[in-house]
Amino acid sequence: MATLTYRDALNQALREEMERDPDVFLMGEEVGVYQGAYKVSRGLLEQFGELRVVDTPIAENGFAGIGVGAAMVGLRPVIEFMTWNFALLAIDEVVNSAAKMLYMSGGQFPIPVVFRGPGGPALQLGAQHSQSFESWYAHVPGLKVVAPATPYDAKGLLKSSIRDNSPVVFLEGEMLYNIKGEVPEDEYVVPLGEADIKREGSDVTIVCHSKTVSVSLKAAERLEAELDISAEVVDLRTIRPLDVAAVVGSVHKTNRCVVVEEGWPFAGVGAQVVDDVQREAFDYLDAPVQRVTGADVPMPYNKHLERLAKPSPDGVIAAVRKVTYLDGD
Amino acid sequence: MAQPYPDTYLDPERAGFYRDLLRQMLLVRHFEEKAGESYAQGKIGGFCHLYIGQEAVATGALSAVREDDYVFAGYREHAHILLRGTEPGSVMAELFGRADGCSGGKGGSMHMFDAERNFLGGHGIVGAHLPLAAGAAFAIKYRGTDQIAICFFGEAAVNIGAFHETLNMAALWELPVVFVVENNRYGMGTALERAAAVWDVYRRACSYDMAEEIVDGMDVLAVHETTVRAVERAREEQAPTLIEARTYRYMGHSMADPIHGHYRTKEELEEQKKKDPIRRLEKRLVADGLMGEDDIKQMGRDVLAEVEEAVQFAEESPDPGPETLYTDVYAD
Amino acid sequence: MATKVFMEALSPTMEEGKLLAWQKQEGDEVTNGDVLAEVETDKAVMELQARGAGVLRKIFAPEGSTVEVGKIVAVIADADEDIEKLIAGAGTAPAGAPAKPVAKPKTPAAEPIPAPAPKPAAPAPTAVPGARVKVSPLARRMADERGVDLSHVRGSGPGGRIVMRDLEGAVPEPAPVPLAAGGYEDVELSQMRKTIARRLVESIGPIPHFFLTAEADMDRASDARDTLNARDVPPRISYNDIILKVVAAALLQHRECNAWWMDGTIRIFDEVHLSMAVAIDDGLITPVVRNAHAKSLREIAVETRELAGRARERKLTPEEYTGGTFSVSNLGMFEIDQFTGVINPPEAGLLAVGTIVEKPVVDDGELVVSKRMRITMSCDHRVIDGATGARFLQTVKRMLENPLEIVY
Repeated sequence: MATLTYRDALNQALREEMERDPDVFLMGEEVGVYQGAYKVSRGLLEQFGELRVVDTPIAENGFAGIGVGAAMVGLRPVIEFMTWNFALLAIDEVVNSAAKMLYMSGGQFPIPVVFRGPGGPALQLGAQHSQSFESWYAHVPGLKVVAPATPYDAKGLLKSSIRDNSPVVFLEGEMLYNIKGEVPEDEYVVPLGEADIKREGSDVTIVCHSKTVSVSLKAAERLEAELDISAEVVDLRTIRPLDVAAVVGSVHKTNRCVVVEEGWPFAGVGAQVVDDVQREAFDYLDAPVQRVTGADVPMPYNKHLERLAKPSPDGVIAAVRKVTYLDGD
Repeated sequence: MAQPYPDTYLDPERAGFYRDLLRQMLLVRHFEEKAGESYAQGKIGGFCHLYIGQEAVATGALSAVREDDYVFAGYREHAHILLRGTEPGSVMAELFGRADGCSGGKGGSMHMFDAERNFLGGHGIVGAHLPLAAGAAFAIKYRGTDQIAICFFGEAAVNIGAFHETLNMAALWELPVVFVVENNRYGMGTALERAAAVWDVYRRACSYDMAEEIVDGMDVLAVHETTVRAVERAREEQAPTLIEARTYRYMGHSMADPIHGHYRTKEELEEQKKKDPIRRLEKRLVADGLMGEDDIKQMGRDVLAEVEEAVQFAEESPDPGPETLYTDVYAD
Repeated sequence: MATKVFMEALSPTMEEGKLLAWQKQEGDEVTNGDVLAEVETDKAVMELQARGAGVLRKIFAPEGSTVEVGKIVAVIADADEDIEKLIAGAGTAPAGAPAKPVAKPKTPAAEPIPAPAPKPAAPAPTAVPGARVKVSPLARRMADERGVDLSHVRGSGPGGRIVMRDLEGAVPEPAPVPLAAGGYEDVELSQMRKTIARRLVESIGPIPHFFLTAEADMDRASDARDTLNARDVPPRISYNDIILKVVAAALLQHRECNAWWMDGTIRIFDEVHLSMAVAIDDGLITPVVRNAHAKSLREIAVETRELAGRARERKLTPEEYTGGTFSVSNLGMFEIDQFTGVINPPEAGLLAVGTIVEKPVVDDGELVVSKRMRITMSCDHRVIDGATGARFLQTVKRMLENPLEIVY
């Protein structure tokens, strides 16, 4: 096992898949000469050349569509958005072209493209550069949506995404690039659509993904130490297809559920999880499911306000207290 | 404006080619007339944009590309898929929403596809398929083959961001792609002059240092020759071209619209019809002695019979089964 | 976050409880599970436990007071938390009146807030007869599975919602599941049996009792007892111990009398759990000798002393006085010759034991003095028919008259 950053784990995944399959290429802003705005593509231009590591002008809709068109004729593009905030300019190509092409062509044109880049709230970047898009894309049939929390998952899931024949929206955590974790030296993939229990527990299920996994794990440690509550932390890893069985299985065991995400509350990922849980685990619930989300506001710049707007271990603990009725009426 | 052939002269050695062009235009014309009739009978639903009047553009241009070239079109694309050789029955069945349609009944009028014939849609969002065509051209360059991609769209699409982003990258990266603007003068009900600061659409190419062509879109031979040049430029020099073909649609924007509406006059429509691309080629073929009036009438009857067969095929084709509702959402 | 402490239903049938002693005083720190007070229920003295952590800020129910189940008796809160509202609410709650949930309308912040007027605050919401029982889906399923009547369970969740923890240790009602694991056989009712059951109930009340009386010769039992006790080794064996042992042994031979009536089925047990009626100062309680059929006379003697002792001290837990399969009630010490007992449902039978009297009897044509005891069996006719009961009683009589049979 090597200890790698999330960034380097992604870099390895790209490098290995480009070595493995000549149809895989990387395209996006600053991916080549600049070595990647977040250095995920470091060294790839040197190894693979300009045809396979393509610097684009600032034209998200254009190069997203170019990726879809290349996928229509059999290439496997990896389209990097410098951040998902800018991908709103390309959402027509992602939703109207990539997601629907297979269906509206009656199965003739699969689109094996990966759209990837950093997302989620960052630090003091203000309203337009600090937001989560999981639920936007997860809403769309035809798209798969992946949001890894660890270097291990990041590498294994990116490799699976590149090999998948459907369009994948791969949301990297902007705040996760520097985190370190163990990554095997040997070849491995993490299948899409499988959640992972990051911590076993018996009293409450905390469902989370991406950055909120570390938030939830911190909360779980404190719950154990301070309240003698054993929390099970379920990392969704893939938002769509959602591993409902893993979540429901955990809730059957714990009878209580809290869902954590950085995105806004309305119609968020957690809303979907709650829907599945109430239907599949109704008779197992001892309390209404609680959600911990980003505040329902555009992200403020001010540090203190920003902290209030993001999910925190305190927020998760408060939600766990509610589902375990520690707070009485 | 390029007119390589004066109306008074045709090359007798290419008589067969001319007859093919005429037959193709007649097929499109009769197919679209039948589609209009079927729409009026409630057999076709949703939006349905007919190509009547513009036949020379797709016919001339697509007669200049190879079978292994990639073809993209917008939502007024019944002609383009027919001209790629897709069975008229399969195209009509798609309009009818039937299982034997070229998209299995799940695409409809705006989303026709035929992978086997390299017809890559059939796209309903104005301008959104321009990047797709550039993507296919990128793949050609990536693989180093000598194919090209050709992309059809209306003049209203040149005002959208995707047009500029795509032309810029196509020129910058020297992609083998031909962009064909079918300038029928109206984006839905808005005249070009009311929507664009620059009225000569082909001049947009100079922003991207791209080759440009302007052609009479009511003259199928002129469109053909112009496209031949552009295709050669793409295939041999990996240089994209923007072709503006000036044409006219006889019908409303879609079947939901009146034929001339408030935005144009009946007189304008009648004046344009005098330049009808089919009648024009017929006259020249007769004048030059390459076809007789009777030949032409017989050709029309044959084509009509073919279209009737297509309608019959579509009517007999079953609806897609309910089990297909959830198929083809994700690839295996 | 303040936690209200309620008078809880500490026995299945408890409707009110008497606060005997507070174990924590106002100002004491408490955590979850701490014993706050001793409460006398209709059956026993029980412990009222804390369901929240903080400081015991206020006690409403003084020692010696009797409080309805579901009424607030104290408040646990953080040391600096404002609990004025809770105090006001509890203080003005009409004592003894049925608790009635009064929805407290929320005043929207935008509207002018009316001047505070003294008005009766809402008592804590409690289970109201006929009102919808708030219960978590999990708790509802658990109650169904265990046969617990939710209307008797006090919910500790928001708005009185019954949640999982409220059912932990809850005693099933009306039909408790025997706590000792053991085999049994559920006998489906035949149509005739159903008709008999319905008609008997219609004619003479909820349980159609009938009674069988026999007189046993206790001379040999008396000799046996004297011999055992002559060794002067504790425990001393009483007649009652011998009777319990005999009844348990006889029930093994007549399993159809070792049964419950369960509304739709008759449950016949493989094991004998004997309910033993114990008179206490102001009532009666029936501690259960579990697996009595498998216990020696000595073991029974030890256990009955211990159970009776704690019963008189009101220290029995619900587990210790529920789940019996047959009852024995002995009024011999009151010099009652003979009486009929009332069945302890869902059990189907009870043996009422009178005093032992010396009297003249004719034995083999001669008049002799003999120790005689009358035993009367009460039978639930839905379960036990006349001949069934008679055969059982005959076995009991025979065993009492030949006590060696109990070790046979």
